Amino acid sequence: MLREIRPAIVVLVALTLITGLVYPLVMTSIAQVAFPYQANGSMMEHDGKAVGSALIGQDFASDKYFHGRPSATTAPDPKDPTKAVPAPYNAANSGGSNLGPSNKALVDRVKNDLAKLQKDNPGTPVPIDLVTTSASGLDPDISPAAALFQVPRVAKARNLPEQRVRRLVEDNAEGRLFGLLGEPRVNVLKLNLALDRLNAS
Amino acid sequence: MTAIGWAQIAIFCVIIIAITPVLGAYMTRVFGGERTFLSPILRPVEAAIYKLGGVDERHEQHAVTYTVGMLLFHVGGFLILYVLMRVQQWLPFNPAGQRAVAPDLSFNTAVSFVTNTNWQNYGGESTLSYLVQMLGLTHQNYLSAATGIVLAMALIRGFARHSVHTVGNFWVDITRCTLYILIPICVPYALFLVWQGMPQTLGAYVDATTLEGAKETIAVGPVASQVAIKMLGTNGGGFFNANAAHPFENPTALSNFVQMISIFALGAGLTNVFGRMVGNQKQGWAIFAAMGILFIAGVIVCYAAEAHGNDALNALGLSGGNMEGKEVRFGIVASSLFAVVTTAASCGAVNTMHDSLTAIGGMVPLINMQLGEIIIGGVGAGMYGMLLFVIIAIFVAGLMVGRTPEYVGKKIEAKEVKMAMLAILVLPLMYLGWTAVAMQVPSAVAAMGNPGPHGFTEVLYAYVSQTANNGSAFAGLSGNTMFYNLTGAIAMLVGRFWMIIPKMAIAGSLAAKKSIPPSAGTFPTTGGLFVGLLVGVIVIIGGLTFFPALALGPIVEQLAQNAGTLFASN
Repeated sequence: MLREIRPAIVVLVALTLITGLVYPLVMTSIAQVAFPYQANGSMMEHDGKAVGSALIGQDFASDKYFHGRPSATTAPDPKDPTKAVPAPYNAANSGGSNLGPSNKALVDRVKNDLAKLQKDNPGTPVPIDLVTTSASGLDPDISPAAALFQVPRVAKARNLPEQRVRRLVEDNAEGRLFGLLGEPRVNVLKLNLALDRLNAS
Repeated sequence: MTAIGWAQIAIFCVIIIAITPVLGAYMTRVFGGERTFLSPILRPVEAAIYKLGGVDERHEQHAVTYTVGMLLFHVGGFLILYVLMRVQQWLPFNPAGQRAVAPDLSFNTAVSFVTNTNWQNYGGESTLSYLVQMLGLTHQNYLSAATGIVLAMALIRGFARHSVHTVGNFWVDITRCTLYILIPICVPYALFLVWQGMPQTLGAYVDATTLEGAKETIAVGPVASQVAIKMLGTNGGGFFNANAAHPFENPTALSNFVQMISIFALGAGLTNVFGRMVGNQKQGWAIFAAMGILFIAGVIVCYAAEAHGNDALNALGLSGGNMEGKEVRFGIVASSLFAVVTTAASCGAVNTMHDSLTAIGGMVPLINMQLGEIIIGGVGAGMYGMLLFVIIAIFVAGLMVGRTPEYVGKKIEAKEVKMAMLAILVLPLMYLGWTAVAMQVPSAVAAMGNPGPHGFTEVLYAYVSQTANNGSAFAGLSGNTMFYNLTGAIAMLVGRFWMIIPKMAIAGSLAAKKSIPPSAGTFPTTGGLFVGLLVGVIVIIGGLTFFPALALGPIVEQLAQNAGTLFASN
């Protein structure tokens, strides 16, 4: 048994340094040279200012913008840091609602959101992703149906013809990879940036 | 369910089948001590480690010495990780100013990573410095994965050898596994993940001003290097709290698909290593087939349940399946498939919140883990877990015809069967025992995040996941309490080592046995009959043991939902 102590220490220390320092630091160096945009968080700029990451959803509330999905992320309560308060799209503390399917709180929340959305666009069925929270609370995407659902509201708030806004949604929709992997989607931040550019021009 | 959905599942299965013999051949070479195409670069590093450590690579160890080496290695790894978390505030690479992690949370997390569980009672981006993520977690991701693989190799050698007293050299195996298998795959894999959008930086969290003028802080870090080994080594501990659902930890449908492949890759390859080493690849494929049947069954049930969705929401006029706790870029099929893959293997990474799965959809991951994660399983752990079930299945077959059972030329006798039963029985003791204890502790019950039977499922899932060293969670449970941190750590330790020690006893005992050539009376273990028997034994043992607990959780929840019942917190 004592004979095994020396190899235990040496192998552990050597492999710890290789896998815990050399490997991540070398990967960081290569990534910073080869893919600097992605390696630093895929940050998007608008008028020279950082407006967020292309991959991280934001909390849009104004009628002038397309809204993302409901988000269940939280932040520490400023009054009592041991408690958490709702903070949608908190990109420093990801997480889902963790509400189970039979939880009345889930069904009540969905009913509430449905009632609000139906006022925006009466008569059109509400796409399910607009009333369900994502797993990360940071979902950057909505389904194309969820974007099209919001077109009348956005067009009205911006004084744009609905058809123009609808075309913008269609231009920004991404399909499945190779027509097979993943789901069709629209990146909300990119769509809203395109919307701002449309108004500017 | 859609045709495109099934096509995604089918392509996943085809790729796994295709890479199994390739990885199997390569791993067999590595553990056989042969030269590989990477030897010119890696051999000097390998040789230097042996020289410094005084390791004679031609000297093999008895199963007991091999196990002692493994345990020493774990004690050291545990201490490094625990101390790093306790003193991270004084160390470099901490741009977010993370403070010392509490002692009970550090203990739970250190046990969690050393046992390849990667249960997350911590939220990565809000708790840990970059140094702990790299030197603590990335390093344990490697070493606990390598340990699982080399322990499987020791058992495989037990079957493959005869009349010897050694099962390999732990120090050589662990070094070669890390240098020749894990690192060479992770380097290109991590770069692929960065290309897909995963951050890899030591810079501080990024501030931005949103279009609506709000300030936001975006957590980044050395993510890709950790995620590569997290998936390949079936570790599953997230860099971020939301794990593989976080857009930085799983940016695209392609990164998601490749992550699922990498969870299964080495575990599937080991079935082929087994076949090669016992001299007949069909022996490996038979085990692979039994795993495949259980896997496909789980995928069908989970995908169907999730695509059907939540009746309580469908009644409001919604359609499109259960999207609560799922990401749009993955949708129903890639989320359901991931949930089954991550729990069939002992990965535990999640791209969907398992707590929000439908009752039946969420039962599939639970059953996968309860069976002991032998469907591909954790790297190595799945292979030796499955071989324990093989021993039981062969024993049952032997009882039926009244003949001493044999498997790949080895007589399976009382000692092997007793040890296999010991390892298999400890699982329900931990799963069900701790759940029962928690139900009697008011603070543990109060930690449930959902009312009704779903809350019970959260607690059951927590102990099953930790004992089986999976690490995924029904995360509504507030698990970061003294009670759950300590009892969970015990479950993880017992689940890991109470499997390993009897298994190493089997390895040693098998290696010493003579090899008997197959005769007319030998039960063929490469055909459909054997596969069916093995699947049957697994399902019967699992069914008898776990059905009562499942009936109290997901089954009663589904029945209540069918009756239109909802549960409210009081």
